[in-house]
Amino acid sequence: MVGDAVPLWHAERDLKGVEAVIVPGGFSYGDYLRAGAIARFAPVMEDVIEFAQEGGLVLGICNGFQVLCEAGLLPGALLPNASLRFVCRQVELEVLDPDTSFTRACARGQRLSVPVKHTTGRYYSPDPVHALLRYAPGQNPNGSQDDIAGVCNEQGNVFGLMPHPEHAVDPLTGSTDGLRIFESIRAEIDDRVVA
Amino acid sequence: MTELLLSRHRELGLTDREYDLIVELLDREPNGVELAMLSLMWSEHCAYKHSRKLLRRLPIEGPHVLLGPGENAGAVDVGDGLAVAFKVESHNHPSAVEPFQGAATGVGGILRDVFAVGARPIAVLDSLRFGEPLESPRSRYLLERVVAGIGHYGNSIGVPTVGGEIYFEESYEQNCLVNAMCLGLAPRERLIRSAAAGVGNVVVLLGALTGRDGIGGASVLASAELGEGDEAKRPSVQIGDPFSEKKLMECCLELLDRELLVSLQDLGAAGLTSASSEMAGKGGVGIDIDVSRVPLREPGMEPFEIMISESQERMLCVVEPERLGEVAKVCERWETLAARIGEVTDSGQVRVLNSGEVVGDLPVEVLVDKCPTYELEPRGGGPPPAANALRANAAGSGPTAPRDSLLALLRSPNIASRRPVFEQYDSIVQSRTVRRPDEADAAVLKLPDGSAIAVSIDGNGRRVACDPRRGAAEAVYECAANLACVGAEPLGVTNCLNFGNPEKPEVAWQLTEAVEGIAEGCEALGVPVVGGNVSLYNESPTGAIFPTPVIGMVGKLPDASKAGRLGFLCEGDAIALVGEFEPSLNGSELAKLQGEPPHGPLPDTESRFVRDAQRIVRMGVRSEALHNAHDIAEGGLAVALAECCLAGGIGATVELPGDFELFGEAAGRAFVVSGPQDRLTGFQTIGRVGGQDFEIVGRLKLPITELSGVRDGGLRYA
Repeated sequence: MVGDAVPLWHAERDLKGVEAVIVPGGFSYGDYLRAGAIARFAPVMEDVIEFAQEGGLVLGICNGFQVLCEAGLLPGALLPNASLRFVCRQVELEVLDPDTSFTRACARGQRLSVPVKHTTGRYYSPDPVHALLRYAPGQNPNGSQDDIAGVCNEQGNVFGLMPHPEHAVDPLTGSTDGLRIFESIRAEIDDRVVA
Repeated sequence: MTELLLSRHRELGLTDREYDLIVELLDREPNGVELAMLSLMWSEHCAYKHSRKLLRRLPIEGPHVLLGPGENAGAVDVGDGLAVAFKVESHNHPSAVEPFQGAATGVGGILRDVFAVGARPIAVLDSLRFGEPLESPRSRYLLERVVAGIGHYGNSIGVPTVGGEIYFEESYEQNCLVNAMCLGLAPRERLIRSAAAGVGNVVVLLGALTGRDGIGGASVLASAELGEGDEAKRPSVQIGDPFSEKKLMECCLELLDRELLVSLQDLGAAGLTSASSEMAGKGGVGIDIDVSRVPLREPGMEPFEIMISESQERMLCVVEPERLGEVAKVCERWETLAARIGEVTDSGQVRVLNSGEVVGDLPVEVLVDKCPTYELEPRGGGPPPAANALRANAAGSGPTAPRDSLLALLRSPNIASRRPVFEQYDSIVQSRTVRRPDEADAAVLKLPDGSAIAVSIDGNGRRVACDPRRGAAEAVYECAANLACVGAEPLGVTNCLNFGNPEKPEVAWQLTEAVEGIAEGCEALGVPVVGGNVSLYNESPTGAIFPTPVIGMVGKLPDASKAGRLGFLCEGDAIALVGEFEPSLNGSELAKLQGEPPHGPLPDTESRFVRDAQRIVRMGVRSEALHNAHDIAEGGLAVALAECCLAGGIGATVELPGDFELFGEAAGRAFVVSGPQDRLTGFQTIGRVGGQDFEIVGRLKLPITELSGVRDGGLRYA
């Protein structure tokens, strides 16, 4: 265990004193309009934005990544996959930058086996971005720009990725490589508390 | 006047005799609202007119059964205080008319059946049938849109699609089959039945607004043959909204957790009419419904339309009046509409009111019990339906060298890799999936105590067309074989009987024989049928579909970490055959490629041999003596071996007697297994795992890269 989960409710402006926020995957509001476009206006997101602006750690996974982009906490946008189809597949990721709050338990160039599952995962940004993870050569499942799988903001405290590290934490159901992301966040929080 | 009324009941799908019986039972003519309600409740889809008697043949008792046939879903005990509820249901005709929404709402409907008994849906599987994809643009279109529709609903609502099967045969060209199965997990004590109870209790409608969609779906689409002009039936297909259903599902599960409901029932075919009649019928009570209290999506809806609308994402529940406030609170939190639309009475009638004025008043008994059932008039054993014989013209053109036959089979749509399809489904959400599609013959889902459940869905219409009794029994065997390959023991079966028009003697014969076959298969393995669905009138102007009973089976294995795998694992492992295997080319995929029409007989195997083989594999997997296990099905032993190589990414060399029928089939009875030589003493070893080629000495030798290229390309989307 790397931490205790505290569920937050979309309609309540209350972060319940958590040490980090994870905006999880799913299909918020059915993704009927544009992935993440409505969830970005959920009352709890106002607190998440404040929390991020104060330097709090925020991780967005899949739909959570889309929500964070829509909320302006992360640069760029996620476009429909090049195949225009949903894709569920185990992919290899490469760690581009291990010197961040979200990847400090990884080594540079380390490969992580983690599943993706999305329809709208093709990352695009007109400006240079700080990418922490990319799909290993030949493994890009969605046509993402520069094979980008996950990016963080300039301050380094908000991170979004399309792959699902929470589906790679148990050898029974796949790999355990996703744990590196959560262990990184745990270590960062522990350091901050000590500091 | 009489003429007008007559044509009306015929339009609604009732025969003149059925109408006369209604008049006799009511002792008066039904009014418009009542006629609409009765036409649906007396439809084949709701009343099982042609199958009810036959279905009594199926064994339904077993030590693990918690809910049997007749409830929204069946359920079995999986230990540790938990129950698994499951059911398979067809959505064939809606999918043939509008494939995306037809398939999507098929998934939505089966999910509601499962959470209606109080279980949280944890897995979906699909059994699909289309025409030949290489020759038919329509079939490619249906495949593409049905798969997209299933993904749209399942992925979005967050229930993994963990398995399924797809076959392509010309007989499904016009009338595709879309059968969806759902499994749910519940604490045993939370399972709830649908019987209404407690006179004076309130009837509450939960979920989406009621609109004009799906008016008469059960009678118009589900209970008649498809034909020309079906485009015009599109308004009878419902539109799915997975986000609404997600909220409705969470709402219902929380209402049950808080013990706020007396009973719960989903609204499917025939909408409020069916839900209220079923609840009243099972509870031996009456129900009053005031249609003016039903929240509507559009103005000006007639009472009959409100009563029969098949708008999706709705549930009906019975609540004690003093709990209404708590119910409203939970519904508000989940943004789910709750409308108090009626009450439980002691009248034994379903009364329809419109702002207090009675507009329909029917005895519950007439609605649910008095529909006549029909004797089938089977006459069979003749040649299979004409449409399916067309391919015979191509006879003799098939490949002959074993190498060429193997490649042709791996490339053929019925055997090619399903990856392009299953990658469009989220197979891992909820984090229970221990074996994903392609990793094993059955999906494996872990349970909190470290054990796991396994599930498989199977059916082969071509083989049932050859020999309905043995073909149907074989579907049961194959499902159980799939479970054995992961180490699971069967606990219960659900089935969906997809057949043509039962009024045709040939179809009646197929149906009768197939039910007998399912019963024999289930009895042989000691596994009960806990629920199911019947879909008849699957016909098009060119004839009936292949008779297609689809079997869904749920089993249990004691240790999730020891779940079996499909692929060969270790260089040097011995490969063995398990089971009494007398393969024949009758009804095989190779025979199909060679243009042969389906003909029997299929191999007959004594049931004790089937049971023994499955037990040996199950125990071998559980004890980890076996590194892989795969049942020999379509394409016979050669294809099974190739699949084990491809799944493991490693080659194999085997030696077989010179006259061994490499591509002969006898599904469910025999297995390819591998493991360390010293743990396979007493097994019939045939070769070794290793290298990068698949070789049957003296018969064929191919690099596995070539095999995978061929198999991966067979079902690629255009």
